[in-house]
Amino acid sequence: MRFVDEYRSGDVARRVTAEIQALLEPNRTYKLMEVCGGHTHTIYKHGIEQVLPEQIDLIHGPGCPVCVIPMGRVDDALSIAARPNVIFTTFGDMMRVPGGNGSLLEAKAAGADVRMVYSPLDALKVARENPDRDVVFFAIGFETTAPSTALTLLRARDEGIRNFFAFCNHVTIIPAIRAILTSPDFRLDGFIGPGHVSTVIGTRPYEFIVRDYLKPLVVAGFEPLDVLQAVWMIARQLAERRCEVENQYTRVVREEGNPRALEAIAETMELRTSFEWRGLGFISQSALKLRDEFAHWDAELRYDLPGVRVADPKACQCGEVLKGVIKPWECKVFGTACTPERPIGTCMVSSEGACAAYYNYGRLTRPLEVVAS
Amino acid sequence: MSAREREVLEAVERLRRLRPKLKDELITLAHGAGGRASRVLVEALFLEELGNPVLAELEDAARIDGLALTTDSYVVKPLFFPGGDIGELAVNGTINDLAVSGARPLCLCAGFVIEEGFPIADLRRIAASMGEAARAAGVPVVAGDTKVVERGHGDGVYVTTTGIGVIDEGVELSPANVQVGDRILVSGPMGDHGVAIMIARGALELEVELESDTAPLHALVGDLLASCEGVRWLRDPTRGGLATVLNELALATELAVVLDEGAIPVRPEVTGACEILGIDPLYVANEGKLVAVVAREHAEEALEALRADRVARDAAIVGEVQPDPPGLVVLETSFGGRRIVDMLVGDPLPRIC
Repeated sequence: MRFVDEYRSGDVARRVTAEIQALLEPNRTYKLMEVCGGHTHTIYKHGIEQVLPEQIDLIHGPGCPVCVIPMGRVDDALSIAARPNVIFTTFGDMMRVPGGNGSLLEAKAAGADVRMVYSPLDALKVARENPDRDVVFFAIGFETTAPSTALTLLRARDEGIRNFFAFCNHVTIIPAIRAILTSPDFRLDGFIGPGHVSTVIGTRPYEFIVRDYLKPLVVAGFEPLDVLQAVWMIARQLAERRCEVENQYTRVVREEGNPRALEAIAETMELRTSFEWRGLGFISQSALKLRDEFAHWDAELRYDLPGVRVADPKACQCGEVLKGVIKPWECKVFGTACTPERPIGTCMVSSEGACAAYYNYGRLTRPLEVVAS
Repeated sequence: MSAREREVLEAVERLRRLRPKLKDELITLAHGAGGRASRVLVEALFLEELGNPVLAELEDAARIDGLALTTDSYVVKPLFFPGGDIGELAVNGTINDLAVSGARPLCLCAGFVIEEGFPIADLRRIAASMGEAARAAGVPVVAGDTKVVERGHGDGVYVTTTGIGVIDEGVELSPANVQVGDRILVSGPMGDHGVAIMIARGALELEVELESDTAPLHALVGDLLASCEGVRWLRDPTRGGLATVLNELALATELAVVLDEGAIPVRPEVTGACEILGIDPLYVANEGKLVAVVAREHAEEALEALRADRVARDAAIVGEVQPDPPGLVVLETSFGGRRIVDMLVGDPLPRIC
């Protein structure tokens, strides 16, 4: 298929891999974090780890929108969905995420009107078609999806649709990266920067990473050759002792981002003082809520929500996985108590979650490493 | 890889082979998706309560004294879609379950659950299309049943068809025949039906011209078995797609199925729609395709036999059976990597057939 196959060529991949290898110092391991769950998915789906030189160790970061939603927020969503007059709309990925009281899929089976949508505009359409019902959209995601929620809110206001409500859980990527950088477990050589988020925010917000933490970052696209080229660009920076924000995804990402999308977000949403991230805890100014002007469309104001913080199950190590401190298989419950069909942690739910990606795609045994005695 | 990682992966593999426990309290759409949850439901509930040696085979059709018997319910939404409708699907689908069991289909029964208020004209259209499909296939519908439920207690019409066929002497298709080195063939592009239905629902607002591949396969299977030795096992990759049937094969044989991504035929429209939806075409339903496992030395012959038939002119050899890793389906990606193709979890596309 045009514009897809070109980015998946095995021949080109072999050439790029050889060039990466030539840039690496012998006997050194390079730990690179792909921040975005979309990259994690690409890496496993195309088997990129087997194509890369063994010295490159890819660490999967916190950029999976489903994975970072804490259990308490899922319980809030369940309490909205359980109301008799509510049609609760959500992206499919959120359906199986366990809260403290089950999942939306289970709530649907028990009678709640939960509907999967591909876009918040679909939810607005449902609201238009059901004027007597409350239609709530479970808004999740980073700056990638926040503009579409923002545009939907603007449209709801302009069309006077007053039975549409957004349950806003949008988060922002920079505080999460900062949390990783300041974590005591931090040991990384560079970052593969998020592609879709950067189409919105641009590349400037990453400057502090190279300036204050001296780690190179390359914004990358989501096809396998994009990721491979980004690894090559990081390896080249390290070899040349440079430390810069570079953009591999130039066909989509501009330095200044997408001003219109940013305006739409700014018009409808503002930063929360603090928001809980699954596994990372409370991070100040890391999430968005609706502005006062959009109070009417705000599900958090419309309903009396439990708003209870639910501690993650003790056995769950999603936090360490999200920070890249442990690999998915190092979690105590990986693949045994926690599987894609009965997930304990969010990382096992979304196809962008590191655990689900590793379980579904990566579970291949390879020759044992020779451990020097 | 470290010894510890290998231990974890081995524990996962042991768990995958344990008889599954049904822990859910309510039926969810995942139980109908043909993937892992469906398997748990069948094995931990139906097999436990109805268990007998014939059922325990869990093949597409039961085999009893040279006869093959199968049944299938159709709940597709919408009822009419590009390339077919629920009536044609109900005839072809059940014929195909018999065909891939190595049986010559003899006749069908049909049951209709109809919702109060359903237009008679639509029901006639469905029945006419069943009649046409049955006549074209030479497999008549010889008995039937109708029930009507109150408005709101059904979604238009649900159709169940049951089929009976004869297994000729010498025909024995079973995972037990499958050996290392055997080749995996598919009879054409994967995923047409599922994607055509998704697009026909209109929710995606994609403008793609794509038809369901619904077609009877008994003539194709008959020709293949008559003209080619070494056919070990056949399946029609319906709900859950190619990935699901090959996982069943890998687990049943404790061998590895290794696929070559670049060799698997998928139409660009299907690839494109799947990219947008975030679905893998390997899990998308087909209604007129078969998967064949054929001895290595007869694989080319089988490919020619398939391609000689119009419904399989784009047939391809897509992989082979290897000893390792046992019980898993592995995809060699066009990119040069390897990954697992696991059983489907959840249901990305409900009510496809």
